[in-house]
Amino acid sequence: MSKYYLNYLDELESESIFILREVYAQFQNPVILFSGGKDSILVTHLAKKAFYPCKIPFPLLHIDSGHNFPETIQFRDNLTRELGLNLIIGSVQKSIDDGRVSEEKGKNATRNALQTTTLLDTIEENEIDCAIGGGRRDEEKARAKERFFSHRDEFGQWDPKNQRPELWNILNGRHFSGEHFRAFPISNWTETDVWNYIEREKIEIPSLYYAHEREVIWRQNSWIPNSKHLILQEHEKIVTKKVRFRTLGDITITGGIESNADTLEKITLEVAAMRQTERGNRSDDKRSESAMEDRKREGYF
Amino acid sequence: MLDNNQLLRFTTAGSVDDGKSTLIGRLLYDSKSIFEDQLEAIENINKKKGLDGVDLALFTDGLRDEREQGITIDVAYRYFTTPKRKFIIADTPGHIQYTRNMVTGASTANAAIILVDARHGVVEQTKRHTFIASLLQISHVIVCINKMDLVDFSEDVFNDIISQFEEFASKFMVKDLRFIPISALKGDNVVNRSSHMHWYPGAPLLHTLETLHISSDINKVDARFPVQTVLRPQDELHRDYRGYVGRVASGVFRLGDEVTVLPSGFSSKIKSIDASEGQLYEAFAPMSISIRLEDDIDISRGDMIVRTNNKPNISQDIEVMLCWLHNEKAKPRAKYTIMHTSNEQKAMLKEIIYKINIHSLERNIEDKDLNMNDISKVKIRTTKPLMFDSYRDNRTTGSIILVDDATNETVAAGMIV
Repeated sequence: MSKYYLNYLDELESESIFILREVYAQFQNPVILFSGGKDSILVTHLAKKAFYPCKIPFPLLHIDSGHNFPETIQFRDNLTRELGLNLIIGSVQKSIDDGRVSEEKGKNATRNALQTTTLLDTIEENEIDCAIGGGRRDEEKARAKERFFSHRDEFGQWDPKNQRPELWNILNGRHFSGEHFRAFPISNWTETDVWNYIEREKIEIPSLYYAHEREVIWRQNSWIPNSKHLILQEHEKIVTKKVRFRTLGDITITGGIESNADTLEKITLEVAAMRQTERGNRSDDKRSESAMEDRKREGYF
Repeated sequence: MLDNNQLLRFTTAGSVDDGKSTLIGRLLYDSKSIFEDQLEAIENINKKKGLDGVDLALFTDGLRDEREQGITIDVAYRYFTTPKRKFIIADTPGHIQYTRNMVTGASTANAAIILVDARHGVVEQTKRHTFIASLLQISHVIVCINKMDLVDFSEDVFNDIISQFEEFASKFMVKDLRFIPISALKGDNVVNRSSHMHWYPGAPLLHTLETLHISSDINKVDARFPVQTVLRPQDELHRDYRGYVGRVASGVFRLGDEVTVLPSGFSSKIKSIDASEGQLYEAFAPMSISIRLEDDIDISRGDMIVRTNNKPNISQDIEVMLCWLHNEKAKPRAKYTIMHTSNEQKAMLKEIIYKINIHSLERNIEDKDLNMNDISKVKIRTTKPLMFDSYRDNRTTGSIILVDDATNETVAAGMIV
């Protein structure tokens, strides 16, 4: 007799597929928030499975900060073409040009916070009622409080203390017009789960996740890549190192780690032995103790 | 991790004083699930407050308000993995006013950890937590008698608390009940075996969690498949494809099985069970699959596919143990939207049969007000028949939520009797 239980990866996969199908059934106009990072690639992969043999019934939405890794954009374009999906791009540069937001000043300036306005504007313009994200509860303490179906008011804001309780697997996505939801199908996955699954399913991911030679500088305890947006500060020197990235955000704030892991197998082993969280190399989260919570309340990813 | 490793979801109930946060911190810390930067962040907070060392409880604090007030407001989920299992902790606050959060956390749990302070023994809160665990049909309840270091690791104290517990818990349905003497603060019997309590022959908490037998917790008898949506690809290759997708709620479906679609009552046979990897011979809970039938039947979201020789109850009248979740109290005879599996329809709160006094756990038939955190037995009438099993037999087809149409808020959660 065969065994009648699922292993942990199959159970996580099944839960995520269930959630993606609920999004399809309960909303009119959902999109997948696609950053080009491994989590949004995983969500897209799960959506492919959830609706096979149909095409994924959601477009991808990319919030383009203008400070991208070129590899990410290349990957995004290839994937949308391969899957035959529409791609909606919300441009932070356009939000700046239109006067909706202004660039941060100072030596630690980033476009990270500006993305929220662009995201909310794009959601409104395209009448999106559900944005599916790759957020995980293990990433950060404010994200640990997220629901699978997370309600946003007409201003796109999250009210973490006043969320709808979510019981069993009954998801309440009911909303008034002008409001939207964020759906987080991989809430219960950890970084290790994601890598184990990527390895198992042989999911294609951007080359940036593999160890490679790159010009970098040492800043805030990690290797920040050299790019046309980088402003060198005193005592900072460009060097070439063999690095890889654990998360992908803006090229200006995403730090790499020194690594020789150039295959999925090596990456999985390396992640399992890591003693730092993946967001430890993201300077956007280091600004204050509640940096993520504050951004999320405003409508951030 | 090994391929056959399972996922175990457990809930922890207790208040700040019981050392619940310390216990979770200890589990994460001793199982090496806490990262250096998290540790550093907490050391920084402790330094700011002028404290020495690491306060393990701080690992579980989430939102800014919670950190400021030192309490948990909402359910927070924590994750850790050992070479044997992946764990999801639903960390819920223990106070009376947070009963709704405890119910929420318990709704998906395989196991519950109930904390008892060794110095105080069984208190009202212990009874309430045990009641909720049994109401939500959590199969495994582990009572951790904490702060054993403060009672000189006394075997007598431990045994005395077990008898107190067994005395009141005999009226609750708990399939698997265990007791472990621990000190979360010192680490005794949490991850590592205590060197102070040689009289305790059992396993430490983590080992217990790693070895609980959970595969038999899922109902494998009653085959139920609530349809989430229908897939109809429009391309050349799949012209006649019509797949009913959903997650198996319970039981096993096999190729060729004689099935009936409810509520229409039409019968057919399973032609194919599809996953994206290809065709399967059988599917069981909680697998997400697509089912194709031999006959063309009109099926849509909210319908349920079941094995013809094993049907659920079908009725417009249900009795439910209801937990009120919203700060606006229930309106008698008011209409709500009831959500049950993938089915959604209007329903009326017809009668409140009794309310449970959460302090004494006795039934109160006088008080008919349903306020937030109240648990009561009610009668609900739906506009169309509901296909359901009792919650005792089936957590998925036996659970409902009520939604207020005026606000779209989830106002109540119920278990069908």
